[in-house]
Amino acid sequence: MEKKLGLSEAKIAEARDLASAICAPVMDFVADHTSVTVERATLRLMGADGADADGVPVPNLVVDSLRDRIGSGAAASYAGALLRTGLDVGALNAKIAAGLDISTLPSADAIAARAEAEKLARAGLERITRNRRERDAKLEEFKGRNNDPLLYLIVATGNIYEDVKQAQAAALRGADVVAVIRTTAQSLLDYVPYGATTEGFGGTYATQENFRIMRAALDEVGEREKRYIRLTNYASGLCMPEIAAMGALERLDMMLNDSMYGILFRDINMYRTFVDQKFSRMINAYAGIVINTGEDNYLTTSDAYEKANTVLASQFLNERFAYAAGLKPEQMGLGHAFEMDPTIENGFLYEYAQARMAREIFPEHPLKYMPPTKYMSGDIFKGLVMDSMFNFVSKATGQGIHLLGMLTEAIHTPFMMDRFIAVDNAKYVMNNMAAFGDDIEFKKDGIMVRRAGEVLDSTVEFLRGISSTGLMEAIAQGMFAEVKRPKDGGKGLEGLVRKDPGYFNPAEDMLEAGLGLCGKGRA
Amino acid sequence: MAHIVRPYGDTIDDGKVQLSFTLPVPEGPKALEAARVIVLGWGFRECEVVHSAAVSDDFTFFVAYARTDRGVDYETVEADRDESEKSMSMDEVNDFIRQHIGRKVVIVGACTGFDAHTVGIDAIMNMKGCNHHYGLERYPMIEAHNLGAQVPNEKLIEYARKVNADALLVSQIVTQKDVHIENLTRLVELLEAAGERGRFICVAGGPRISNKMAAQLGYDAGFGRGSYADDVATFVVRKMAAGGGREFLP
Repeated sequence: MEKKLGLSEAKIAEARDLASAICAPVMDFVADHTSVTVERATLRLMGADGADADGVPVPNLVVDSLRDRIGSGAAASYAGALLRTGLDVGALNAKIAAGLDISTLPSADAIAARAEAEKLARAGLERITRNRRERDAKLEEFKGRNNDPLLYLIVATGNIYEDVKQAQAAALRGADVVAVIRTTAQSLLDYVPYGATTEGFGGTYATQENFRIMRAALDEVGEREKRYIRLTNYASGLCMPEIAAMGALERLDMMLNDSMYGILFRDINMYRTFVDQKFSRMINAYAGIVINTGEDNYLTTSDAYEKANTVLASQFLNERFAYAAGLKPEQMGLGHAFEMDPTIENGFLYEYAQARMAREIFPEHPLKYMPPTKYMSGDIFKGLVMDSMFNFVSKATGQGIHLLGMLTEAIHTPFMMDRFIAVDNAKYVMNNMAAFGDDIEFKKDGIMVRRAGEVLDSTVEFLRGISSTGLMEAIAQGMFAEVKRPKDGGKGLEGLVRKDPGYFNPAEDMLEAGLGLCGKGRA
Repeated sequence: MAHIVRPYGDTIDDGKVQLSFTLPVPEGPKALEAARVIVLGWGFRECEVVHSAAVSDDFTFFVAYARTDRGVDYETVEADRDESEKSMSMDEVNDFIRQHIGRKVVIVGACTGFDAHTVGIDAIMNMKGCNHHYGLERYPMIEAHNLGAQVPNEKLIEYARKVNADALLVSQIVTQKDVHIENLTRLVELLEAAGERGRFICVAGGPRISNKMAAQLGYDAGFGRGSYADDVATFVVRKMAAGGGREFLP
């Protein structure tokens, strides 16, 4: 990566050191805690699935029944129930769904139960490894057939079968990544619904069956087009680890998976989120899934010009937390966005400078670049021009994942033809100026070089402030996104549990071993 | 006297309209003709389909131009909101409060139900505001409480009681399956059941909310696309001064 902006390497190194110092105490807390959804994710990896007549998922039934002993982990109890009943996983799931409370069964032999739990967890992780190999093989087979950057489109009908039609159309037209946006309330559900769904508000429920249906649909188009079509969902909210587990089992390729998004934008308790994000990210790391972080959200609540430093600071923190969960830079789709007020003189230069700055600071990371949304209006013609400017910057600065802007952004969930126009626009712009970024150099002390330097400087300043305050206190004081979140406030705190000395979680142990993380999950 | 107006393309009364839409059929001459026929079926005449392209195997996208004879009598049209009531600026609102109300006005806002979008309520309430219109938090004479998104109606009311609010602002962004109507209606029902509807000025907002629709749902006003904090503040303070606030109840 050629460095063109003259950014201070010393400052970049200082920012990374600050990020490490900021994250370390949080990771210590994380290592000593588990949560109801971490335990449910573990059970899912072991094969727990299905739901009772009221739609309560089997992993929830198990964890709820073990509630007061969850500090030891749920895995051994579930495996013990298998041994006690002599049933296989499918039959036990059915029994639990029909009303069996496994906490009422006499305890199985502890050593045998742990061995059984390890066997089941290993089988789950082996399935994930096979998925990873299958993805790698397809990417190799269809090498050079995807767009660069990857063109990313969203479908959001609420009905998985309708989503399939739109996703296939998007892929045929040229999309490389399809994200199925979730129904608006799902992030606050402390369970993952079961089965195929056809009703949702502003999106479709993330369920394992829906994942499977969409995966098959995209594979079908991919074979035909000789392009691997990546599938994306949202490992965020109160069930981050479970969604990650289900996505890994069904070969999803990307997950929205931010370390702090849930705290700031969904008012989920911060302790709970930090614990959940770690386990979810380990699963994503192991599955070869590329995470997408949510820095673009800072700019929809704050001013994109003034608060550019909060984006860069969050990228450094997301990177640090991601390393601590075993993710490689190639798996870190750090987020940012083209959200400046279009009336700012030279706004395009600032956007370009910041996008280039992100590229130079995170050279191996497939940066996720988000389109204008905040200043999109009912004027679709102006909107289309704004999207074109965004397309230009993205290609010129070598972004990795390009979320296509919709000309009707401020009006409705995209019509099929809106996506079609967006793909055509991107392809035109990006082909027409393909080598522009390579060919250009920046004027020394020009507007763009100065802007990038200023953002880096103010980011280091900001990180220093957080470092001396402490991350959790900084969030409580509203230093991010101008949102204040008290430490004991927000949703989901009651689902957080301190690990007992005898805590047992075979999936966690195997993930840590497989990812080369030093024991206890510390960074 | 009737004043009939029609769309203006390049000549008065030519009735020219620009349309774009997608049909679930494969691209081809038959699709093109289907597009033309369907436009004519809508009552347009002289339809010209100028662009068609395959969105996928089974869908085709069209751009078409056509003419309509339909006009509207401009004299009979009633605006969603009376144009003569121009909104005051932030400073004017504050002066108005000092003169006519004499204490801080308490406004509580939230995006209610499962709707997770803070963009609307933030545009009105956040210090920063939106598009160079400062939000209510910056008004020295307004005490603004922004509860954020996904706030249950019950919680909003409870909070409003606690801070003794003058006005409730409810934002609804997600409108799929009319979930916003249900949500907005529910708030009014809860207030009425508690005998407190008259205690608060209730204002609904969102890209698909109109003043007329809000009135039908039992709100004092509704603000749609292109509304800012000054519009909302102006309405609330004028309504209070005209006798609509809690202090004016018997």
